[in-house]
Amino acid sequence: MKSLTLRGWVTLVVLVALALLPVFVNMTGREFYLVLATRLVILAIAAVSLNLILGYGRMISFGHAAYLGIGAYAVGIPAYYEIYNGFIHIGIAVVVSAAFAFLTGLVCLRTRGVNFIMITMAFSMMVFFAFVSIEEYGGDDGLVIEVRSEFGRWVNLENDTVLYYVCFVSLLGILYLIRRIVHSRFGMVIQGARGNEDRMQSLGFDTFRYRLVCYVIAGALCGYAGALLGNFTSFISPEMMDWTRSGELIFMVVLGGTSSLFGPVLGAGLFILLEEILSGFWLYWQLIFGIFLILVVLFAKGGIDSWLGRRPER
Amino acid sequence: MGESVILGIKDLYKSFGGVAAINGLTLDVLEREVHAVIGPNGAGKTTLVSQLTGVVLPDAGQVVFRGRDITRMPAYRRPHLGMARSFQITSIIHDMTVLENVVLAVQAKAGHSYRFWESAIVDDQLTEPAIRALTQVGLEAEAMQIAGPLSHGEHRQLELAMVLATDPELVFLDEPTAGMGREDSTRMVSMLESLKGSCTIILVEHDMDAVFALADRITVMVEGRAIATGTPDVIRADRLVREAYLGEDMNTAVK
Repeated sequence: MKSLTLRGWVTLVVLVALALLPVFVNMTGREFYLVLATRLVILAIAAVSLNLILGYGRMISFGHAAYLGIGAYAVGIPAYYEIYNGFIHIGIAVVVSAAFAFLTGLVCLRTRGVNFIMITMAFSMMVFFAFVSIEEYGGDDGLVIEVRSEFGRWVNLENDTVLYYVCFVSLLGILYLIRRIVHSRFGMVIQGARGNEDRMQSLGFDTFRYRLVCYVIAGALCGYAGALLGNFTSFISPEMMDWTRSGELIFMVVLGGTSSLFGPVLGAGLFILLEEILSGFWLYWQLIFGIFLILVVLFAKGGIDSWLGRRPER
Repeated sequence: MGESVILGIKDLYKSFGGVAAINGLTLDVLEREVHAVIGPNGAGKTTLVSQLTGVVLPDAGQVVFRGRDITRMPAYRRPHLGMARSFQITSIIHDMTVLENVVLAVQAKAGHSYRFWESAIVDDQLTEPAIRALTQVGLEAEAMQIAGPLSHGEHRQLELAMVLATDPELVFLDEPTAGMGREDSTRMVSMLESLKGSCTIILVEHDMDAVFALADRITVMVEGRAIATGTPDVIRADRLVREAYLGEDMNTAVK
């Protein structure tokens, strides 16, 4: 085995810690940490999916939380009609998210820069208000999910530890998937278009279509994370796709490091921990958080990932 | 040199805000010739390249590639017909390695890139042609370096390698020696000389030494029109050309 860099060590330690966390919880009986870690892992999946478009494609979507909401409602609405099959839930979450990404992407991806940010945000707010206005599913008040998704006899999500491991394994799988995508021909085109779109077109790439496919993949993955989130919270409301939620996802990615695979996981982790610690100290913790955010953007270009040493040449 | 026309340009017209950049340009480019386009600044040379490569669409007129009307074909489809271009201002992907830049050029011609699983940079089908193109321009030693920090001359070489890697039949070179010192410039010219006869080259260039060394035929553009087309000897002798453009330049070029 090659000797590990600092970056490699941090990745390994974080993953091992996450893998062993339920054992620790089991020994100490502090259920609270399992709840915290489950939320962390789910949001890490969302952040990693956002990073595929934001980091590798420089498509700064300010509406990514919409997919978390779509995924969560894909669990909640069938459950409302007493359909508890988890495969159906996940299927709806992924397909509807992909369809939403495709249709909005057709419009959004014709714009660049600030316009892209604004229009992705606008579409997510449309979803937000759509769910607010549907009284049947609780409207503003949200929807309680009484029964978690059912995956047959072997995987019982009602057990919190099982749910946690499903989320954790999902994170590992999605990290591996994105790693493959980023290094594939497709990933090369996406990163090439990030660097110089005119050149990519003059080489013969229809960059719009490649970007659209990338946008759809990211949306579908985040929809999947949303389905996990719906199971986890047992209570869903339009608030979870508010634009501030999208902003938090962006912050996690930027905090962790945009052009690294594992950075967003670290970003999500630090975000959740800080939120937890600071909110315990002071009612107005968001003030401190805001200052911290500004400092990171000003002084930590490249996020946590850049503190872990220079990136080796690809 | 074949006598058949590879690219026919007829009555091309393009104006920006009422100012005609291309004003009724007609020009035939023959198979496998090096066709230089010269003219004073503002004559519309780069606008012409932009239109022939589909970056800017003309207001009127027609562009025909091997009998096929491509006037309004989007830029990203033209490379698949065998067209490639280099840019006047270096256009590479700065945060990628030299090899990755060229691999992308190879990839563009190797069918679609909706392949999500296998790593591209270890794929021999992509890297072998890429290395070959880099060797051709003398940049193979820098293959693993990030492209951005390289020198201007190396950027120009990379730019050319990306053109060659697509194995093109018709190449637009927009001032390949732009901003180069004497030495780099001479090297670029001899590199282009070795390409002569393998593909058709449309060369936009300010350096008259380069133009007269490379061109089979020359078109002189003034105010968006071709005022003369002919062999270097004919262009040298053309009184109209001397008056309109070459002047002092001409005397130094002829030596």
